[in-house]
Amino acid sequence: MTNKVAIIGVGHSRFGDRSDVNLSELSFEAVHPSIENLGLTAKDIPYMAVGSMGVWSEEPLPAVVIAEYCGLTGAGLVRCEAACASGSAAAFNAYSAIRSGQTDTALVVGIEKMRQIDTPTVLEMIGRAGYYLWEFENFGMTFPAYYAVHAVQHMKKYGTTEEDLAMVAVKNHKYGAMNPLAHLRHEISVEKVLNSSVIAWPLKLYDCCPITDGAAAVLLASEEKVKELGVEAPVWIESMGYSSDTANLSKRENYVGLDASVKASRMAYEQADISSKEVDVASVHDCFTIAEIMAYEDLGFCEKGEGASMILEGETEVGGRIPVNVDGGLKAKGHPIGTTGVSMLAELTKQLREEIKPRSRQAPMKNYTALAHNTGGTGHYCYVTILRR
Amino acid sequence: MDKPAVLKSARTLQITYNLPISRTSKFWEGLKKGKVYATTCQKCEKLHFPPVADCGDCGSSEMKWTELDGTGELVTFTQVLVKPASFNEEPNYIVAIAQLKDGVRALAWLTGVKRKDVQIGMKVKLVAKVFSEGRVSYEFIPL
Repeated sequence: MTNKVAIIGVGHSRFGDRSDVNLSELSFEAVHPSIENLGLTAKDIPYMAVGSMGVWSEEPLPAVVIAEYCGLTGAGLVRCEAACASGSAAAFNAYSAIRSGQTDTALVVGIEKMRQIDTPTVLEMIGRAGYYLWEFENFGMTFPAYYAVHAVQHMKKYGTTEEDLAMVAVKNHKYGAMNPLAHLRHEISVEKVLNSSVIAWPLKLYDCCPITDGAAAVLLASEEKVKELGVEAPVWIESMGYSSDTANLSKRENYVGLDASVKASRMAYEQADISSKEVDVASVHDCFTIAEIMAYEDLGFCEKGEGASMILEGETEVGGRIPVNVDGGLKAKGHPIGTTGVSMLAELTKQLREEIKPRSRQAPMKNYTALAHNTGGTGHYCYVTILRR
Repeated sequence: MDKPAVLKSARTLQITYNLPISRTSKFWEGLKKGKVYATTCQKCEKLHFPPVADCGDCGSSEMKWTELDGTGELVTFTQVLVKPASFNEEPNYIVAIAQLKDGVRALAWLTGVKRKDVQIGMKVKLVAKVFSEGRVSYEFIPL
């Protein structure tokens, strides 16, 4: 017998260059709102899992520092690492603790302060996140380069164009401009994307997510605790699928998709007993424009090779067949590495509660079902979470 | 908006890792002699590149060294223009992944060709590379 797990509170800092606050202060912006409106205090939280890479900021023990600053000292603590999926790894850790009956309440925090060091060093740290010895030491792979080798093969095999990729950035900037918490709050044009400087060919500056500071938090509780607290609109975690892939990119079968995304999503669909057709809104891991197109295909939103036509036909806009990244996505909202998975859960919880403002980026609900797709590295890790209200 | 106030930390770290290569030393020695070695598992016969001392497929640690022919076809590539901090002094470099006739794939720089002339499917060869300062690596060259 396992417990059902719900998200009962969310908090989300403004994303961007947050040099105005330190790590602890930034965490407070997310942690406090996730707890406060339920009549709970930080002292009522027995367990906290933190998703963070943390190599760009000074605190090596973020969970301990956050717990002290936010009043959770004494709670069980852990920091989880799954690269860009660290937030989902932390969520899985807390979710499992509740499902198993170990605890009835657990806080999940994602946090990253990436702008405390220079950009080439950030590129270095993320570039090392693969198989350091074989793909970085001598060859200097970067995060954009890992995705660029996928773009090149996808373009060759399926005829995807640089303009198609640019369309993803245009869409996500459109929604980012509507999201007061987003890092990049301006619309862009296809021409602006195509004319931006090349980072790792064929990916250009506007194909890439920015380097962002930000924090997000979700409070999880068991069904019994939900009843005890009288939570009005709990959002249930129906399933969490997970998978991984080789550290060496050279050991992959192909570079037109991420196998870990395929496997994690199939596991999530099966455990929630739904198909991709029932998803009303999704947040997918668009660290680069090609990543969003591959995600459409890997998650089964369309057939392999048809991702570009989904973006061209507006199927992933609000009002389309399945709205994707209508908070701006990693591309425009920003991608504070360990925060992203938690940010997705916070956004989708608000979507499912139909609380999104402005209404122009609220996805219409038919099945009250949402999907979060969070990869770490270049599909080195993957978590797919299905939420339902 | 005013520039946020920051305190420049007075504590600076410089980290250089020592990379243990005892169990794959023949590979690194081979590069100095112009050879690129892989390892073959003596038990399940799987060919491993990059070379390994232990077989993750069958669990055996009995490996033998196999010199690669190195010829193959390019599977995908990119050119890195915005570089990591420790590669800042390098000119823009092309990174390629190729399928070797030997039966493994490799990732390395592709040199001696302009990015505009690089094509998926082009014939390349993986060769050892010794830099003037004595550092060893390997690279693809067009055939």
